[in-house]
Amino acid sequence: MKYLGLVWSALFRRKTRTIFTLLSVVAAFLLFGLLNSVRDAFASAGHSVAGASRLITISKVSFMMELPKSIYTRIQAVPGVSEVAYINWFGGIYQDPKNFFANEAVSPNLFDVYPEFKLPAAELKAFQQTRTGAVVGASLAAHFHWKIGDQIPLQATIFPQKSGSNTWTFDLVGIYHVANRSEKQQENALFFHWKYFDEARAFGNGKVGWYVEKIAQPKDADRIAAAIDALSANSDHETKTQSEDAFQTSFASQFANIGLIVGSIMGAVFFTLVLLTGNTMAQAVRERIPELAILKTIGFSNRSVLALVLAESVLLLMIGGAAGLALADLAVSFIRARLGAVPMLPVGLESWLLGLALMALIGLLVGALPARRGMRLRIVDALAGR
Amino acid sequence: MLRQTGYALAIAAIAIVPIIVLVILPAWAVGACLAAFVVWLALTRSGRQAWSATKVGIATIPQRLGSSCVVLIGIAGVVGVLVALLAMAEGLRATLQQTGSNDTAIVLRAGSQTEVNSVLDHEAAVLVAQEPQVMHDAQGYPIASPEILTAASIPRKGNGLDGTAPIRGVGDRVWELYPRLRIIAGRRFRPGLRELIVGKNAAREFTDTALGSTLDLNGQPWTVVGEFDSGDSHDSELWADANVVATTYHRGDSFSSVTVRLKSPKLFDAFKAAIASDPQLKVEVKTTRAYFDAQSEGLTKIIRVLGTTVAVIMAIGAVFGALNTMYAAVATRTREIATLRAIGFRGGPVVVSVLIETLLLAVAGGVVGAGIAWALFDNYTASTLGANFSQLVFQFRITPALVASGLKWAIAIGFLGGLFPALRAARMPVTDGLREL
Amino acid sequence: MSPLVEIRNLSKVYVRGKQKLEVLHHINLDIAQGDFLALMGPSGSGKTTLLNLIGGLDSPTDGTLTVAGQRIDRLGQSELARWRAGHVGFVFQFYNLLPMLSATKNVELPLLLTKLPAAKRRSHAAVALELVGLADRATHKPGELSGGQQQRVAIARAIVSDPTLLVCDEPTGDLDRQSAVEVLTLLQRLNREHGKTIVMVTHDPKAAEYATHTLHLDKGTLVETAEAVAQAVS
Repeated sequence: MKYLGLVWSALFRRKTRTIFTLLSVVAAFLLFGLLNSVRDAFASAGHSVAGASRLITISKVSFMMELPKSIYTRIQAVPGVSEVAYINWFGGIYQDPKNFFANEAVSPNLFDVYPEFKLPAAELKAFQQTRTGAVVGASLAAHFHWKIGDQIPLQATIFPQKSGSNTWTFDLVGIYHVANRSEKQQENALFFHWKYFDEARAFGNGKVGWYVEKIAQPKDADRIAAAIDALSANSDHETKTQSEDAFQTSFASQFANIGLIVGSIMGAVFFTLVLLTGNTMAQAVRERIPELAILKTIGFSNRSVLALVLAESVLLLMIGGAAGLALADLAVSFIRARLGAVPMLPVGLESWLLGLALMALIGLLVGALPARRGMRLRIVDALAGR
Repeated sequence: MLRQTGYALAIAAIAIVPIIVLVILPAWAVGACLAAFVVWLALTRSGRQAWSATKVGIATIPQRLGSSCVVLIGIAGVVGVLVALLAMAEGLRATLQQTGSNDTAIVLRAGSQTEVNSVLDHEAAVLVAQEPQVMHDAQGYPIASPEILTAASIPRKGNGLDGTAPIRGVGDRVWELYPRLRIIAGRRFRPGLRELIVGKNAAREFTDTALGSTLDLNGQPWTVVGEFDSGDSHDSELWADANVVATTYHRGDSFSSVTVRLKSPKLFDAFKAAIASDPQLKVEVKTTRAYFDAQSEGLTKIIRVLGTTVAVIMAIGAVFGALNTMYAAVATRTREIATLRAIGFRGGPVVVSVLIETLLLAVAGGVVGAGIAWALFDNYTASTLGANFSQLVFQFRITPALVASGLKWAIAIGFLGGLFPALRAARMPVTDGLREL
Repeated sequence: MSPLVEIRNLSKVYVRGKQKLEVLHHINLDIAQGDFLALMGPSGSGKTTLLNLIGGLDSPTDGTLTVAGQRIDRLGQSELARWRAGHVGFVFQFYNLLPMLSATKNVELPLLLTKLPAAKRRSHAAVALELVGLADRATHKPGELSGGQQQRVAIARAIVSDPTLLVCDEPTGDLDRQSAVEVLTLLQRLNREHGKTIVMVTHDPKAAEYATHTLHLDKGTLVETAEAVAQAVS
């Protein structure tokens, strides 16, 4: 720690050069934070804590085919299943197609199967008692400035009403919250009653989109899934049941190999960063050879000169990197607040840890050669200016 | 200190103007400006001074090889990433855009937005095909294809996870609707049978799609009898007889959409009006061009925004890298610059020469970056979930316009990174510089 | 009393590529505690090389070098570094202060290698700066000091850890006459009042007058003829 002053003063010897290099590091880690938040959103979509005890049952043909509601009671009876909910994707539009959010027709027990959606008891009761009632997530309500008591009209894209109209109107009776910061995405949804949906829809009555089962023991997931699928084997509505985790992963992977894209971009970014900071460090050390020689004459060992230079490069990376990640955190919060449903998670602990590791690694890499040069300088030659 | 900052900000504000101009101007205009600049270099006195100063500067680059490479590679990185991401967007857009044309129209149920949401009954299909604007084939049948768009879960090659393959049941006249489509292996499916033909991109993407394979669609075995190439987004699909698909998927008598060929693109408005005036038809009509353009718009916009954001942030990093390098370059060449000015070179040409040097490095970096992106990504196959919630396979496309765009970015970065050092070089008092001798 | 520095048969050969350069030939020399020795000679005579060896910056090719009873010709690089920290203080022609540190921080540098806490380091540095007469310039950076002042800060740095030996290479080479006198007077005071043993290389005969002994080197050997001594004294 007493050497910190020495390292700091060495770093800021040429203020402008150091600040410019720092800003490049900030830019690189800002990008890292932003891209990582996108990657996390895709990777962890559905990997929630509560999700570990949930299974999803879809039609084996494709997730777009509907299933009959009639198998509901039989699924409930499968040993190990504590609660079953059914859901239909509605796909309605609120005012403009650009205002996309998830809206779904659900069974009354949805909130038992998704305990992480916290709804006050009074509002839950209001929902159960209102045929046209709807519950929305807090983020969505905030984004559209909805309050309880508002009427929300949605334009159907898939399901016109029997009456021929395309407009479905709902009464907002409840607002739910998700406690876990990294699962805040889930608040961008609207739920209404499947009963209202089924009664009013023009065709396809008696069908649900998919089932969600809450199981008592996550370790029994495979057995229970097989048992559920066995119920519909060889029928005209064969099912595929898997853990919520597996389903989300499969779905996300169809969208894009986000991991590969993010990884490639960051690879290019860090490669150029290593070159840039490496060049700066090499220059900086080259200029300071006489001073390093003085330190050696005073009695600083070779190893301590090596350590001083490495500390300098690591410090440079850490300051810039931490600033960049902090900026990314601010930026992500801002974007999520303004745009609502974006596939970005707040910059979390994992990103910070990974970022710090990268800063240390790049710092060491970039400082290695200059540090070696400093360590190996021959005092006599350096002092003589050779 | 305050004065210095104020000065710096003023220069930055002035510097933004050329950048904005550069961004707005089309490529040919930029080229014209460059040509004019070269003429100035060759013919005017200050221009020739600038060029001599530049030559001196360039001659010393080998001594500063490390830092020069930093500028080059930093900019190469920005341009490479930008071009690659824009190529993704361009590939998506091109694939979808080619699928549509102005002389074919698609009819969907009112309000459904996309085929997969839409349900049309048999009556509607017949009525639409009977409209007078629809072209007829040699036998007198209207060229109309009532189609069912659905999907099947088929494991993907590569990661083995389930993918959603688009299954399209088509009408008998579909071959006249898409004259560009060729069968490249096997044969067409026979109407009434459970036979599939597979688009060439779908064949690449999904397992069990080779000729002769059997696929399970909703519990019934289907055989792959051919592979087709249509040069557009249909290459991601599997086609079969619409009536057989309807039976397999229990669709009864309904379709997703009807696509028709019009006698002429000019007749579209009349077609749309005719349909609108029919009270039995609650449908929406678009040219296929408008329909597919709308589909690509959302996704390509997202990719372009992503690409531009990433590139801007990388560019900021590159600008600071260039500033560092060029300040150091100017510092090491203090003696030369002072000598030049003592000889009689004016401040202006010195500024221009430093700028030229930076811009040459920047353009070289841009070329390298675009080149690497081209080598790695041109025609790279990727897939995503299209508007119909099924796989859309497309190829990255790097176009000359894209490369020109990348070069514009390179020039902008080089300009910003070289301007301040160039001004510093010109402002340095001559006596200070000479004293270094 | 045995001499502080005992040099027997000391030789130094530099190898530059294929060329062998013998810079010092079989030097024999004793330096007593409390001596202020001036080493003089034309350029290329090897005086700086001899100084570097005495200060432990380099190792001899042949011969023995004993300082305060310790054979330093046998020590490896890291051991020499440790030895230097405790036994030698250096003063160079071009001051060689760290430009980004204040005078106090520069003087404290050798103390960073000890286990002293920060407060003690500061007070030792203050004492050293007081001794060289620059207590009022403690917070100034080298860029804000004149040549003579910078050299005095360098001297303060050289003595702050109370070394056995003070080694000076052309300490007045870059100074004007007045500053040179200030610096030399200071060195003399350190020698006479505080008993510091000083070895100084110089080409200036006037500087050598401040020393207690003068030796001449020519082409790598000591020339201690009566004439040389007479020349030095006059």
